[in-house]
Amino acid sequence: MSPEHAPVVEAVGLGRDFTVREGRFPRRRRRTVSAVRDVDLTVHPGEIVGYLGPNGAGKSSTMKMLTGILTPTSGRVRVTGLDPSRERTRLASRIGVVFGQRTSLWWDLPLWDSLALTRHLYRVPADDHARRLAELTGVLELGPFLSTPVRQLSLGQRMRGDLAAALLHGPRLLVLDEPTIGLDVVSKSTIREFLLRLNAREGTTILLTTHDLGDVERLCERVVVVDRGGIAYDGGLDGLRASVPAPRVLVVDLAAPAPPIEVPGGHCTRVEGPRQWLELSANPARVISEVAGAHEVVDLTLREPGIESVVAALYRAGSPSAV
Amino acid sequence: MRVYPAVFALGLRRYSAYRAATFAGLLTNCVFGVINALVLLALFAVRPQINGYDSGDAVTQVFVAQSLIAAVAVMGPPLDLDERVRSGAVATDLLRPVSLTAWWLFDDLGRAAFQLLFRSVPTFGVGALLFDLRLPDCALRWTAVLASFALAVVVSFGLRYLYALSGFWLLDTRGVWAVAGLLGPVAAGMLLPLPLFPAAIGEVLRLLPWASMVQVPADVLLGKDTLPGGGVPGGLAVQAAWAVVLLALGAWTATRATRRVVVQGG
Repeated sequence: MSPEHAPVVEAVGLGRDFTVREGRFPRRRRRTVSAVRDVDLTVHPGEIVGYLGPNGAGKSSTMKMLTGILTPTSGRVRVTGLDPSRERTRLASRIGVVFGQRTSLWWDLPLWDSLALTRHLYRVPADDHARRLAELTGVLELGPFLSTPVRQLSLGQRMRGDLAAALLHGPRLLVLDEPTIGLDVVSKSTIREFLLRLNAREGTTILLTTHDLGDVERLCERVVVVDRGGIAYDGGLDGLRASVPAPRVLVVDLAAPAPPIEVPGGHCTRVEGPRQWLELSANPARVISEVAGAHEVVDLTLREPGIESVVAALYRAGSPSAV
Repeated sequence: MRVYPAVFALGLRRYSAYRAATFAGLLTNCVFGVINALVLLALFAVRPQINGYDSGDAVTQVFVAQSLIAAVAVMGPPLDLDERVRSGAVATDLLRPVSLTAWWLFDDLGRAAFQLLFRSVPTFGVGALLFDLRLPDCALRWTAVLASFALAVVVSFGLRYLYALSGFWLLDTRGVWAVAGLLGPVAAGMLLPLPLFPAAIGEVLRLLPWASMVQVPADVLLGKDTLPGGGVPGGLAVQAAWAVVLLALGAWTATRATRRVVVQGG
């Protein structure tokens, strides 16, 4: 395969064990814990892949192995054709990484200084750097705070600064670990729109972990759900919805409070005064006519399962202990 | 690689942001310099010669020590790396396409350059105004002093880098610093000139790398024949040797640390 079409990320049987020491001396014992187990993951150029999983599922450990700062204990991994942990510094020039809870910017200096340093860091020609900096400053609206020390930036501003720093050298792959964590709605949407544009215009491959299902619904055509270290689902967002039996819900407003409704194909799960929630297991039209025949109905709403309930159901199915 | 000069420049600029702290530190150095000098003058009034040191040597060393206190950071502060290892932020350092050791070396050299200019020079100037210091009499000797101060800074980085890297195994370097911050100034000859120690203890302390941060630079400035090889070139050679050994050990430890040890935090 030509380099442009070769997978950007290729992991086979990737795993990472940690040795945990327990107890006090002299009864100290060692126990091996698998943070990541047997992960197979292939990401092709131009994809946006969402990497989901509950806390402790091994998402960050996987990202650390893909970027070379954690050495796998089993399996094989190639990122842009390189072995991340052995060729970490070479790989660093080809990828951009943002950890939402960390910053790569110089804390006590103006944002501009950190961005200027990336030119030397990645040996970008001065013209290219100036052009990309101008572009990113425009799209990410960095202008107003370029000369502000990083420690004085708001979280949203700092995040945009970190994104710019990760992208100034034009990486082929952008790895984002919880990029919208702690951001307000407007900042989240600014960053999502920016990532979509980046992916569309430059074909940058994006791999992101997140707990924010808004990120997933807006950005990802493909999602990978990990649980207890292994992969629980890998495929399209629609397929994810179909893979878990998350029922549709009919919300019924009655004229007056009534005992919980039970009809064929509809099972009441919640009552709040005159409003009742029915979980549907049959054709909604039939359930609606049944309900309308037996009660005086003021209003009806049919709710599709949100991706949130789908993922929650998937986590529960995969691991009774997690969540 | 032009990235390292850029890191050096940023390290220097970072410290220029804290002017009030610089001035307060400078004042402290001068006050302690005067107090220590007066104490030692009182001592030498009773015993004019101790292990080949006289009052002029001792007072000069007091001001060398006070001048270097900030630049060699023998009592701290730690490198920013310590905190980054503890919090896991070191992950972002490892994502740069550069050597971790060189990155932090140049960042720290930038810091030290600032401290040499704005703490060492004024402190030593104040000392020279108030006391009769023994000063080199030619440009060559002054050049040797500058080289010795520069090497002191590199040795200091080498030690503090190792302290910081211990955090990869110990998870927190505050314990290391509690010990190093106490014993370092003693072994460096910062608390008291090493010649004032009992000869056997002084000789042992001179063999350790900490002596390269204060005692050796002071001896180079004074042109003492107690230096290894009987003079200034020997002193510079010892400092250079420690600088090379510590940097090599640091680079090796860093490789092991990043291979074997976990980066903390989710």
